Amino acid sequence: MATVAANPVPQIVAHRATDQRSAGEAHGWTSWITTTDHKRIGIMYMVTTFVFFCLGGVEALMIRLQLGAPNNTLVTPQVYNQLFTMHGTTMIFLFVVPMMAGLANYFLPLMIGARDMAYPRLNALSYWLLLTGGLVFYASLFWNPPEAGWTSYVPLSNALYSPGGGQDAWIYLIHLTGLSSILGAINFYATVANMRARGMSWGRLPLFVWAMLTYSILIIFAMPVIAAAVTMLLTDRHFGTHFYDPTQGGSPLLWQNLFWFFGHPEVYIMILPGFGVVSEILPVFARKPIFGYKAIAASTVAIAFLGFLTWAHHMFTAPIPEALLVFVMLSSFFIAVPTGVKMLNWIATLWRGTIEFKTPLLFCVGFIALFLIGGISGVFLAVFPVDWQLNETYFVVAHIHFVLMGGAVFTIFAAIYYWFPKITGRMLSEGLGKLSFYLMFFGFLATFLIQHVIGLDGMPRRVYEYPNVGNLALYNLISTIGSFILAAGVIVTILNVVRSLKHGAIAGPDPWKANTLEWFTSSPPPVNNFDVVPLVRSAEPMKDIRREVQRRGSASVPAPGAATVPAGATQVGV
Amino acid sequence: MLPTTLAFFTPQSGGSPNADNIDSLYKIILVIALVIFFAVIGGLAYALIKFRARKGATAAQIHGNTRLEVGWTIAAAVILVGLAILTFARLGSIQNPPNSSAAGASLIGESESGVLYATADRHLPPNGKSLNITVIGRQYIWQFVYPGANEPDGLGAPYSYEEMVVPTKTTVTLNIVSSDVVHSWWIPKLGGKFQAVPGYHNYTWFKIEKPGIYTGQCALLCGRGHARMIATVKAVPPAQFEAWLAYQKQEIAQANAAAKVARAKLGAQVGAGQVENP
Repeated sequence: MATVAANPVPQIVAHRATDQRSAGEAHGWTSWITTTDHKRIGIMYMVTTFVFFCLGGVEALMIRLQLGAPNNTLVTPQVYNQLFTMHGTTMIFLFVVPMMAGLANYFLPLMIGARDMAYPRLNALSYWLLLTGGLVFYASLFWNPPEAGWTSYVPLSNALYSPGGGQDAWIYLIHLTGLSSILGAINFYATVANMRARGMSWGRLPLFVWAMLTYSILIIFAMPVIAAAVTMLLTDRHFGTHFYDPTQGGSPLLWQNLFWFFGHPEVYIMILPGFGVVSEILPVFARKPIFGYKAIAASTVAIAFLGFLTWAHHMFTAPIPEALLVFVMLSSFFIAVPTGVKMLNWIATLWRGTIEFKTPLLFCVGFIALFLIGGISGVFLAVFPVDWQLNETYFVVAHIHFVLMGGAVFTIFAAIYYWFPKITGRMLSEGLGKLSFYLMFFGFLATFLIQHVIGLDGMPRRVYEYPNVGNLALYNLISTIGSFILAAGVIVTILNVVRSLKHGAIAGPDPWKANTLEWFTSSPPPVNNFDVVPLVRSAEPMKDIRREVQRRGSASVPAPGAATVPAGATQVGV
Repeated sequence: MLPTTLAFFTPQSGGSPNADNIDSLYKIILVIALVIFFAVIGGLAYALIKFRARKGATAAQIHGNTRLEVGWTIAAAVILVGLAILTFARLGSIQNPPNSSAAGASLIGESESGVLYATADRHLPPNGKSLNITVIGRQYIWQFVYPGANEPDGLGAPYSYEEMVVPTKTTVTLNIVSSDVVHSWWIPKLGGKFQAVPGYHNYTWFKIEKPGIYTGQCALLCGRGHARMIATVKAVPPAQFEAWLAYQKQEIAQANAAAKVARAKLGAQVGAGQVENP
């Protein structure tokens, strides 16, 4: 048996026979399409959405190529409009939201010590709805892709001005991904409410789980609104109704109100899980508990509530009453407070820690820096007279990418680097990971920082060409070059994942010495996740288990993979 | 206030007082934002450098500090309350148009015809007098209709496309509407943008002191020609404006008269069976 000195990190596994793990598992492609295992569904979610991320990224690069030079004629106006419509819709509905669902599918049950989701078959349905919606949407590429923007404002998106079927494919996508998200959200909520490990009270829930719980509630309230809005668009387009037609008593502003009443909570649906990921990763690599657990959990809930009161700040230039302008400016200010509190809590978590600069931590730190800029530019946009100048320009394009790409995407990459060892049992290369981070971080800054200036210089978004005046040509060229550096960073991570699947170092159950229960089982976890679920005594159960094992001495520490019942499970756990 | 060399970081201004006031409000927020940004990013950088893992270092096992957390929550709220007060203090100068200067074009009192069934709040100069121009957005061109209709139903009013001609030193109010999809009116140096929504009226104003040309373009996706839906505001001395307007009126009256003659002639030809009924 190893001594404490030789084996300072007790490798604890909850599962009895690690090497026989796969004995009872089905193999082959039929086992994937029929699976109800939350881990396999989670993997399918993550792989599918990452493919859509790459498609959306190619669309983004084509947009940047077109804008690389003034008066460029690389693509036609029609194709350009299709590109940014596909790009925005893909990144939001087919990448960020379902990627968060994929991460949660895999890790939420593991983190709360559950053996699966509450409704495994419903879970599979959520995935297949998502895939169907995405495939139909992308099939429109072969006919008429939609070209009214991801916001699809009426009347531009109605049958008169967008007669093509692409707009209907877009509606179909919104319906199916919306249904997928609602079913997933109900499942997450039911799982968290009912299937937590013994001792895991609400105050001991991992912060990622808190974030997913809030994500679920936001989806349950917000998605039906967009579903109603696009249903009315569908009936306006095909069945002669006039919900949005001003000549028949309808209102184009109704669409804007409904769209953003969904659209603003959607922003938090995309970013809150990322906040959760950061709140999990920072303490692990700072070797310190999260600073202000309650404040972070409470601010998550506060942001979710306030997120429903700020929709009209996307409509400051629309003909709406002044009282609404003022109300929404103030509510948008309010939401900056809990968001700011989180930032300070994360920095305080790093403070006086012993920070290990591993790739997941780098992506989290990059996220804090970029989201800080995105949050601050959001305050400019919340002041409605200032927004009158900034709205619908490249300033807004920069802002949305700082919060969604710098925010959500960087946290997704942090999550990939952090959890890849658990999913595959192998480590990602640190060297490639750091290279990927620096390319993405500086590529991102080069692409989007200058876009604030482009917007201030008066360039609206969604224009396929711009005149060669002032420094617009130079700024846009910088942005285009930056986007390719950013893309190179993403490619490095893809190569890293492909390489590490076969050649990565064996991870073991708990390579990071982390705090939450997913690290209690083997990597990858067995079908049933845990043979024995430990009693949870704090918000950091793995820390307690490691301490307990160390206290009892090396004699009871099992060698990894030993076919004996591990000490952690029997003595500490139950 | 910030030196002018920082114009790189600020919105366009210099054409109209509302654009200038938005610009100065922006600069105040920019100063506050930069202070907060450097404080937070400085804290982050300090923590990363100072507390990197070293041999023998142990992490402090702190779970939080209620007094500190309440403190920074209140501090954040106070900054934002201050920002709200600043905005309200400057809102009037951005939203409310001033009177025209004495040297401006002679204007009659405001009279708006037509039924408005949904509008944004409208702001007029204190004396109620302004040059009111209707801005009509349509795929993919801006049309401007000037006062001076010679018929009660509003027909015969002078109009122009793409280039709006306005007198200097005169308060110009805009009534922004759309005839098809949603557009957004925006001349950066003359203040903010306002959507042209079918079925709705939206309002803004500007007042230009010096003759010059101000350019802008539609700011909200309106279809494939969106990028080419440009607009120009040409400010000329009041006398020149009045001459231009009279000329436009005359041209339109002549064109209408010619059309009447042509119609009568065509009608006669149709009656005589010389051409097919169109």
